[in-house]
Amino acid sequence: MKSASSKLRSILIGTAVAAGFGLSASAGAEELRIGYLAPLTGGLAQTGIDMRDGFLLYLDQHGNKLGGMDVKLIIEDEQGKGDVAVTKAKKLVLQDKVHILIGGVLASTGYALAPVSTELKTMYIPSIPAADDLTQRRLKEFPYLIRTSWSSSQPNHPLGQWACDQGYKKIVTIAADYAFGYETVGGFQKAFEDCGGKIIQKIWPPLGAKDFGPFIPTIKGDADAVFSLMVGPMPAQFIKQMRGAGFKKPIIGGGTSYDEFVLPFMGDEAIGDVSALHYSAALQTPENEAFVKAYRAKFGKVPSYYSENNYTTAMWLDEALKKAGGKWPGPEELIKIMVGIKLDKTPRGPVSLDENRNPIQNIYIKKVEKKKMFGYEKDELWNTVTKTYPNVSQFWTYGKDKFLAQPVYDKNFPPCKFCE
Amino acid sequence: MGTQFWIVQAFNGVSYGALLFLVGAGLSLIFGVMRIVNLSHGSYFLLGGYVALSVIGSTGSWLLSIPIAALTIAVVGLIMERLFLRPEGRAKFIRDAVIALGIALVIRLAIGPVLPQLLPGQVGGIIQVILVVIAFAIPVFLLLQRISAVAIESDVLRQVLMTVGFAFLFQQAALDIWGGNNFDIQPPGALTQSLVIGGIYLPIYRLFMIVGALVIGIVLWLAMEKTRMGASVRATVDDAQMARGVGIDTNKISMMIFALGAGMAALGGVIGGAFLGVYPGLDFEMLPIAFAVVIIGGMGSLGGAAIGALLVGLADNFGKALFPELAYFTLYAPMVLILAIKPTGLFGRD
Amino acid sequence: MGTQNFKIAVIIVSLLALLIVVPYCNSFVVLLATRAMVFAILAMSLDILLGFTGLASLGQAAYFGVGAYLTAILANNYGFGLKWDFWLMIPIGMAVGGALAAFFGLFAIRATGTYFLMITLALGQCVWGLAYRWNSMTGGDNGLTMKGGRPQFGIDLSSDINFFYLTFGFFAATLLALYILVRSPFGKSLLGIRERELRMRILGYNVWLHKYVAFIIAGAFGGLSGVLWAHANGIVTPETVVLTTSVDALLMTVLGGAGTLVGGAIGSAIVFGLREYVSTLIPWWQYVLGGVYVLTILYLPTGLMGIPERIKQWRNSQKKRETAKMASAPS
Repeated sequence: MKSASSKLRSILIGTAVAAGFGLSASAGAEELRIGYLAPLTGGLAQTGIDMRDGFLLYLDQHGNKLGGMDVKLIIEDEQGKGDVAVTKAKKLVLQDKVHILIGGVLASTGYALAPVSTELKTMYIPSIPAADDLTQRRLKEFPYLIRTSWSSSQPNHPLGQWACDQGYKKIVTIAADYAFGYETVGGFQKAFEDCGGKIIQKIWPPLGAKDFGPFIPTIKGDADAVFSLMVGPMPAQFIKQMRGAGFKKPIIGGGTSYDEFVLPFMGDEAIGDVSALHYSAALQTPENEAFVKAYRAKFGKVPSYYSENNYTTAMWLDEALKKAGGKWPGPEELIKIMVGIKLDKTPRGPVSLDENRNPIQNIYIKKVEKKKMFGYEKDELWNTVTKTYPNVSQFWTYGKDKFLAQPVYDKNFPPCKFCE
Repeated sequence: MGTQFWIVQAFNGVSYGALLFLVGAGLSLIFGVMRIVNLSHGSYFLLGGYVALSVIGSTGSWLLSIPIAALTIAVVGLIMERLFLRPEGRAKFIRDAVIALGIALVIRLAIGPVLPQLLPGQVGGIIQVILVVIAFAIPVFLLLQRISAVAIESDVLRQVLMTVGFAFLFQQAALDIWGGNNFDIQPPGALTQSLVIGGIYLPIYRLFMIVGALVIGIVLWLAMEKTRMGASVRATVDDAQMARGVGIDTNKISMMIFALGAGMAALGGVIGGAFLGVYPGLDFEMLPIAFAVVIIGGMGSLGGAAIGALLVGLADNFGKALFPELAYFTLYAPMVLILAIKPTGLFGRD
Repeated sequence: MGTQNFKIAVIIVSLLALLIVVPYCNSFVVLLATRAMVFAILAMSLDILLGFTGLASLGQAAYFGVGAYLTAILANNYGFGLKWDFWLMIPIGMAVGGALAAFFGLFAIRATGTYFLMITLALGQCVWGLAYRWNSMTGGDNGLTMKGGRPQFGIDLSSDINFFYLTFGFFAATLLALYILVRSPFGKSLLGIRERELRMRILGYNVWLHKYVAFIIAGAFGGLSGVLWAHANGIVTPETVVLTTSVDALLMTVLGGAGTLVGGAIGSAIVFGLREYVSTLIPWWQYVLGGVYVLTILYLPTGLMGIPERIKQWRNSQKKRETAKMASAPS
């Protein structure tokens, strides 16, 4: 009967496969296995590709070794979906026996992967997911987590201050409807309202929306400016449609609204827009210039913060593993070592880790300009740095305990007191 | 919410509806004429966008990309219909050959990494690939000839599953050819401006979408109502058997309509490409919406597709603006109600 | 009857083999097998509709999703279902799935064929739309992570192997329950409706009611699979209720063989194996998936379980050709 033999066949295959797994290498002393999760397909593909390429560039420049250990990099496509990321993470840890998990893009993916790192006792570096609570109120749930990138609200606190300094009084926010959007707006709103500003309206298009037709006409007319947070396929369309709808007032944005992953695909309508982030490809330091030139030569495009954060992650691991003597010291020990390291020569500038395992770094207020940089011939769009806030932590000026006492930024926190 | 809000939202809804008309009308006609439920229709939409991107990439002409994309995908649709959905006679032979080649290609992909390259150089490598593929294809082909395929013409479930299978194949092929990035089609500068009427900004591109859909809709309607070919199509929709009895070549009509439907979907993809982008996953995002249009408007009815598209476009827009938490629900719930009351849709015939 | 008993014996042996072999594989394979079994329950529930009543539904994922989301919401917000009350969650999940099917069925059962497909598609999309946008309830795009982990009631289900055994239990129980159902008079009348609906009506059967009940039963078991899925996966997202999930469920049923119950399990193993396992080995796995869809439909419409029949048919047609040749050969 075919049913018997097809079942039998699958059992035999299963046994063979199981036997194969039993024979797979136990953790080798010299080899470092890294499981890398990034969206390589779907709406966030460009960010995932930049992430991977940033990491690969560092490996390339260092003979595929980190801290003297040979790197085996296993890359999995998580398609920008939380449950796919969780499945692939489990496969990487349980089957490929990786030492470290790196990656994910969306804040929601970070929140989905962090518990997995705890469950599987594997080190996880969310090299992009900026979900605030991963290193704030929920830190103790994730002892194996260490973040080398940023927290969503981190650059938006200084941006809120900056907005007050510009004289804006009333701002409308329009942000992608998910954790990253809430936390970005939350950070901006808290700082902006603390210095006298008012958020008069909050709009939440769904993540991945490309047609802003339903939302743009609802923007209140008495706003001085609009604060946007756009991700993935959203930023390019948003600006096009805003300016196309005749909106002439300033648009300021969270970091991903104008980051270099999308800037080359935007048109002149983005010129003059301001955003805040811990990196800009236009940063005029020797380290960044070298980074941009090397990246562009190898991958044909200007690096984005997705690239830089993963490049720096690799750098951090390199330094930490060197300190560990070129041998895998176990996740807890490596995390301790990393926390103790301060890096000065990263493309984004000096960076160190706070006691909650989140970076303390410069925040750059940047403005889109069209010009030539770094000796390239063409006029292109660059995020020129207009102001630097140094040594910004995820708690801004609030002090850690006071900050953690307030709830995590959410769709309804801070509450929209001035919403009309 | 002032009048400006309502006008702009209505305008946006109508322009989205215009795009949906292009996708939905084809699907509706295909169903009406051939009673085929084609779940790869979304793929035609997406592929249209991708082909347009390639055309623009190599020739720089957005204008040229429109007819080329539409024609290319129309041909793809035609091949799919002739070989797989309703093969006749020699077509079955060709279909088996195509399948054999496909299987051989997959086998070659699978064993590729372990095959030694015997013929040197790049040309040698390509020749070797071709030889290996043919070597595998022949036994598979002979095997297929001995197994008879079961006709799927009238079996809805199997149509659904087979066309979905093709949708997956198309998705993978698109990924391999164009990569996983999120692309944007840039229309010529003139179309990116906005018209200002009474203080209201109306993006010209959206106007273009509305006008374009209107023009195509009218041309199609005229063809349907006023030409002999159109009369044959309508007769086939109403009663295919009778139509055959009166001497209408329903076979040719089916082919034509399928190609037309695919071409229109591709057209939608090119035009929508500036608006929604072109990226993997768009095919399956578009698919249920296209079905909503067809079901609400009624399968087989051009006018129904227009009304359906309009309603869906407006419902989607206003739903998102007014009830963001229930946005998609406001789209599909009316679809359920209409289907429950009149299963053939508002203007459908059965 | 001999073949029937043989088939049953084979199935029992295979199940035992599954039970024995899988726990020795690595954790990932155990997880995969667990999830495949959960989907197998979904496919079998669909088989009741498709293989036995003749109704092809494109919205089965709705009940799956409702069961899963309910489990997540109750666990996260009320801490319900994480201890012994997990066993309460099972009938609750089934009841909710069944209730939703009862509601949807009122709209859907009047339709047949293509229209049934369309309306179930729309109903499924309604549920998806709510899952995707009703952020306050469903976490929207983020989905809901099962914060409390898996249930503990004396047995620690966070161990993948323990959860595998539990799921296996439900899988076997569902198989048994549905088997009893289809052998019952009710099940036989469902088959009658699939074959000759008109005749059943003439014979006085309340066809609408039969279909409706079948729909509810399918919804109930769909809900059950959803409850298990929430725990197997650890996170519930709108992807659970997306159209592709319903389509996959249909394929699993057809691939294995509609109307064989166990076919759904085989189909689930294959589709899941492709999606979750092969996808990690080769980047072009979707060619294989699409190819499986197309080839199955063209050459194996009765599914893998139907292969023996097809071989018999083929042999018979060969024999006929031989006899015909001999008859027409010049003597």
